[in-house]
Amino acid sequence: MSARDAILSRIRTSLGATAGDAGRRAIVISRLDNAPRGVIPARGQLPTEERIALFSAMAEKVSASVSRVATDDALPEAVATFLRDTNLPAAIRMGNDPRLRGLPWYRVPQLAIAFGPSDGSDMVTLSHAVAGVAETGTLVLTSGPDNPSTLNFLPDTHIVAVRAAEIAGDYESAWGVIRARYGKGEMPRTVNLITGPSRSADIEQTLLLGAHGPRRVHIVIVG
Amino acid sequence: MEITSPQFKQNSRRAMQDPNLQKAMGYVRTGFIERRRIAVEGLPEFDRLRDSARDIKNHTLAHLDLYLEAYETKVRGAGGEVHYAETAADARDLILGICQRTGARTVTKGKSMVSEEIELNDHLEANGIQPIETDLGEYIIQLRGEPPSHLIAPAVHLTKEQVEADFRRVHTHLPADRDLSEPTTLLAEARAILRERFLASDVGITGANFLIAETGTSVIVTNEGNGDLSQLLPKVHIVLATIEKITPTLEDVSQILRVLARSGTGQDLSVYTTFSTGPRRPGDPDGPEEYHVVILDNGRSSMLGSDFQDMLRCIRCGACMNHCPVYQEVGGHSYGSVYAGPMGAVLTPSLAGIDKAGHLPNASTFCGRCESVCPMHIPLPKMMRHWREREFERHLSPKTVRWGLGVWAFVARHPRLYRLATKLAIGTLYKFGKLKGRFRRVPFAGGWTRHRDLPAPQGKTFHELLAERKRAA
Ligand code: SF4
Repeated sequence: MSARDAILSRIRTSLGATAGDAGRRAIVISRLDNAPRGVIPARGQLPTEERIALFSAMAEKVSASVSRVATDDALPEAVATFLRDTNLPAAIRMGNDPRLRGLPWYRVPQLAIAFGPSDGSDMVTLSHAVAGVAETGTLVLTSGPDNPSTLNFLPDTHIVAVRAAEIAGDYESAWGVIRARYGKGEMPRTVNLITGPSRSADIEQTLLLGAHGPRRVHIVIVG
Repeated sequence: MEITSPQFKQNSRRAMQDPNLQKAMGYVRTGFIERRRIAVEGLPEFDRLRDSARDIKNHTLAHLDLYLEAYETKVRGAGGEVHYAETAADARDLILGICQRTGARTVTKGKSMVSEEIELNDHLEANGIQPIETDLGEYIIQLRGEPPSHLIAPAVHLTKEQVEADFRRVHTHLPADRDLSEPTTLLAEARAILRERFLASDVGITGANFLIAETGTSVIVTNEGNGDLSQLLPKVHIVLATIEKITPTLEDVSQILRVLARSGTGQDLSVYTTFSTGPRRPGDPDGPEEYHVVILDNGRSSMLGSDFQDMLRCIRCGACMNHCPVYQEVGGHSYGSVYAGPMGAVLTPSLAGIDKAGHLPNASTFCGRCESVCPMHIPLPKMMRHWREREFERHLSPKTVRWGLGVWAFVARHPRLYRLATKLAIGTLYKFGKLKGRFRRVPFAGGWTRHRDLPAPQGKTFHELLAERKRAA
């Protein structure tokens, strides 16, 4: 018997179940198909502007910084301003994400822009989240041809744009967005929920930012 | 690791006299507990979420065979491979086989308790492959050749001076006069060294907090980002997880996530919660080319349907050890097994056998704090009691029985430990009818048995009652 069959049969024996039990199977299929929601915290269930305010407050609570611009076109200047204000070099790396690539970067000619995955030498990267989650100030990023995951983890500073209209109250709403895009039961290779900059408290419980991932996360809310 | 649980008493005595350990454990007593309290109080739905999380796990365990099959189908559909291992040795060999096939020389590892359980590092090293732990705490204890002493803070038993000494001993290529006096400089040094290791690694191995049946996804929860770099940069990603990590849907995972970090570190959510489904897709600019999941049983399927099934709900948050007065005093290493604290006292005998670890359930004051903070409502004291009862039922040698009592007596005789167990469930202890007579031989229990007519429902410890009486007088 293969290890797989041995384990499955031991599980069934322990549970007193049989492999062919149609009733059990129906229960499992129904849960997988319907994905029932459980308890959703009231905290994030707010009108749009209050939800955005909660998202910002929660993100700041975990040491991210947040700014807001009215339109996509204002993003390049917001990025350049953030870099200048924090004394960072005027150079970023980003993916080929059309939400970013098509923006009027010519308005900030001093900014050097590189494209594609990071090899670890970039100080600052820029990504676009597919959603924000207000209940914990969390960003939802997906991988794909235009969105290298390395941009999320290798730089010192990670700037993330998120549309105001795509800030949800809870994780479950974000899963709705992913399912709408990829299909029920399907996922992009990687979904990163990111809540503030990297940290460690492994030495004497002292909380320090910038363990292996970015020391700084800056969020630009668009809209 | 070699189980040294039979030496719990000796281990503990040493631990309680170790000034470094006592200083380090002071941070556990204050930090974790207060942060959890604030996080829990900040979420009015917390208790309902706990019930929800418990129900999800119970449902999943009752249908585990079917959810495993569904999960496996989805992983294969996403281009990943699923391997099953019945024992620790099988899992070690499977992982070694993948590493050897891909010609790996170095392996970077995210934090994984299961890899400690199967002693993976020793096996890789013995076969010429260098495993590199990348979680800061795990990296430190790997340098020291020690096992972790805590589920989520593996180096919690060390002071920064000890870490500095280890870095100076091992990182000899760096200037001897560098400043390593603060945690920030220690972290910066580890970050720089490990960054090179990540970029040069051939295979990344991570554990999983969840395996999602709906989507064939493995989930890791970290704060440092080391697990992500471990699984993102090398050509091959191997996930090592045990059967009970299966969770039906994204919604179900979301319920449990809401209680996990709050219970453990006191965060609302950990920094990185990463969902991985298969290897890199066509057109993807980064990510592993191969994605393997090794699903390990190692005794868990036999816990189903037994008195210890509830233990399979454990999400390894660490709350039970953070709040355990015995753990706070003696640290994780005294337990002499990979899993420490109350959850270890229940799980170790289940996995390693009662004969090797059967007295660990006595390393308790039965104060009940562990159960009251467990986000998965695991009745830890009840299960420790089951183990104690089994020791007697099985008629283990009188020596072993005495031995178990010896551990209990050790705990009972240390007033600091005993006082810390503020809500000692006296009523619970009376249930040990078989033991009761023997308590008289325990010096401390003299005071106890004299007060056996104290009304148990008050649930007060002898020390509390004493204090009250003094106040009244
Ligand atoms: S037994 Fe409960 S409290 Fe302890 S680690 Fe497991 S889930 Fe957390």
